[in-house]
Amino acid sequence: MAPDAKITVRNVSKTFRTGRGGVQALEGIDFQVGEGEFVALVGPSGCGKSTLLNMLAGFDRPDTGEALVDGRPVLAPSRKGVLITQRGSVFPWMNVQRNLGFGVNGMPEAEQESLTRHYIELVGLQGFEQAFPHELSGGMLQRVEVARALMAKPDVLYMDEPFAALDALTRLRMREELIRILERERHTCILVTHDVEEALHLADRILVISTRPGRIQRTVEVDVPHPRRLSSIRLVALREMVLSELGVTQGEDRTARPAVAGTGVQKLTAGWASDN
Amino acid sequence: MKPLRYLPALGIIAVIIALWWVTALGSLIFPTPLAVVKAIAELAREGTLLQHVYASLYRVTIGYLGALALAIPLGSLMGWFPRWFGAVNPVVQILRPISPIAWIPLAILWFGVGDASPTFLIFLATFFPVVVATASGVHLVEQQYVRAARNFGVNGFKLYQRVIFPAALPNIITGMRVGLGVAWLVVVAAEMVAINSGLGYLIIDARNAGSRYDLVVAGMVIIGIIGFGLDAVMRRLESLEEVRWRYGT
Repeated sequence: MAPDAKITVRNVSKTFRTGRGGVQALEGIDFQVGEGEFVALVGPSGCGKSTLLNMLAGFDRPDTGEALVDGRPVLAPSRKGVLITQRGSVFPWMNVQRNLGFGVNGMPEAEQESLTRHYIELVGLQGFEQAFPHELSGGMLQRVEVARALMAKPDVLYMDEPFAALDALTRLRMREELIRILERERHTCILVTHDVEEALHLADRILVISTRPGRIQRTVEVDVPHPRRLSSIRLVALREMVLSELGVTQGEDRTARPAVAGTGVQKLTAGWASDN
Repeated sequence: MKPLRYLPALGIIAVIIALWWVTALGSLIFPTPLAVVKAIAELAREGTLLQHVYASLYRVTIGYLGALALAIPLGSLMGWFPRWFGAVNPVVQILRPISPIAWIPLAILWFGVGDASPTFLIFLATFFPVVVATASGVHLVEQQYVRAARNFGVNGFKLYQRVIFPAALPNIITGMRVGLGVAWLVVVAAEMVAINSGLGYLIIDARNAGSRYDLVVAGMVIIGIIGFGLDAVMRRLESLEEVRWRYGT
C-alpha cells in the first residue's frame, strides 16, 4: 500500500480497566486506508472496533502503536474527521437548518445559507429546514446527521453502526442513499458494523476483526462495482467468506463449505437475521 | 371546542364559591363572595390595590432575577465539574431545607424593614431549587451531544453556550417554575411580618385595623390569581420549541 495513505494504523493495542482487571480490546492492529476509500470493520460486539474509530476521530488514544491521519497522530477531535454513531447527536433544541449550520459556525451567512440548501437537497430533506428533530423520523434524523457531517467538509467520515437503530427497510434505504451521496461527494470512509450485508453493500474493503482481543483476522476486497445486488453470485460468495471467518455458517451450506473452526468468535449478531 | 375544555375547572370553582357562600351567610365576620368582590372593587377604586400588587411583584422580580443570575452559573459549574459539586453541594443541601420564613429575623437584622429584606428572602427561596435543577440538568446532558460538538471543534465556553446550556435548559426551566412558585409564597409571608406594603401587608393590616375580613380574603384571592398568572407564564416557557423535546412533545 502507498506510504502516503490517508489513514495508517500501526500496531495499535488498547486495554480497558474494569473492576476485574484489564480487558484487552485491541491487539496489534495494522491497516491503511487510501484517500477516497471506503473500508468496513466487521466483527462481533465488543471486539473493539468502536474503540478503533474513537482513536481515529480523536476521542481516545491507543496504548501502544499509532493511529495516524495524514501521517500525524490525532490528538483531539476536529472537523477533519467527523464521527456518526447510531445514538444520533442531532441537537434536539435546534431546527434542521441550524443543526446543519452548527458544524460551520463562523462562516459568512450567505455562504452558509447556500451550503445548507445544497446539503438539505443532497440528503433529500427539502421542506424540513425549519422542522425540529422531535418531528422527524429516525431515518430523517440520520440524514440530518450525515448532512451536518458532510457540511463541515471533513477529510474522513467515521461511521459507527450509523443505521443500527433504524428499522430494516429504512436501513436498506439509507445505505442506498449513502452510496448515492458518496458518488456525488467522495469521502474517505470507515464504517464499523456487525452487519455483514451492510459492509458488503457499502465498502471497497472489509476488515474482519476477531473478538477480544480484537485482531484483524482477514481482509476481504469487495471487487464489485456499484450498484451492487446483494443477491449476485460474487457478493453471496463474499458474504459466506466473511461469515465463516466470523465462525458462522448457515445450515444448508454446512456440507458445501465447512466452517472455519477455532477463530475464537463466540457470538455474532449477523445482519440479515433479525438484528439486535 | 375550546371553552368546553375549561368547563370542568370552572364548574369546580363555581361549586367552591357556592359552598363558601352558604357557609358565610350565617356568619357575621366571615365574608361572602359578594363582599369580597366589593372589597376588591373598593381597593381598586382607592388605588391601593395596584400599589400593593406592584410592591409585591417588584420584590419578587428583583429577588428572583438575582437568584437566577447566581444559581444558573453556579449550578452549571456544579453539574459539569465533579470537584465543584463535591465542594458546594453539601452547603446547598444543608441550607436548602431551611424554610425562607425561618430567615425572617436575620433578614430584618441585616437588611431592616425596607424592600431589601423580602427581596433577600425571595432570593433564598428561589436560589436553591434553581441551583439543584441546573446542576442536575447539566450533569445529565447526554454525552453524544458533547462529543458531536467537540467533533465540530466547539470547546470551552462556546461548548457551554451552544450545547450544554440549551441541553440543560428544560431542567433549568422546571427549576425556575418551582422557584417562582416558592418566591410568591415567600413574599406574602415576608410582608406579613416585616413590611408595610404589599399584598401580605394588606392582609395583616386589614385584620389588625378593624377585622376587615372581606379585605383579608380579597388579598388572598388576588394572591392566588397572580400566582396562577405567574405559573401560566412559566408554562409558556416550557412550550417553546427549543425545550419541548425534553417534556415529550
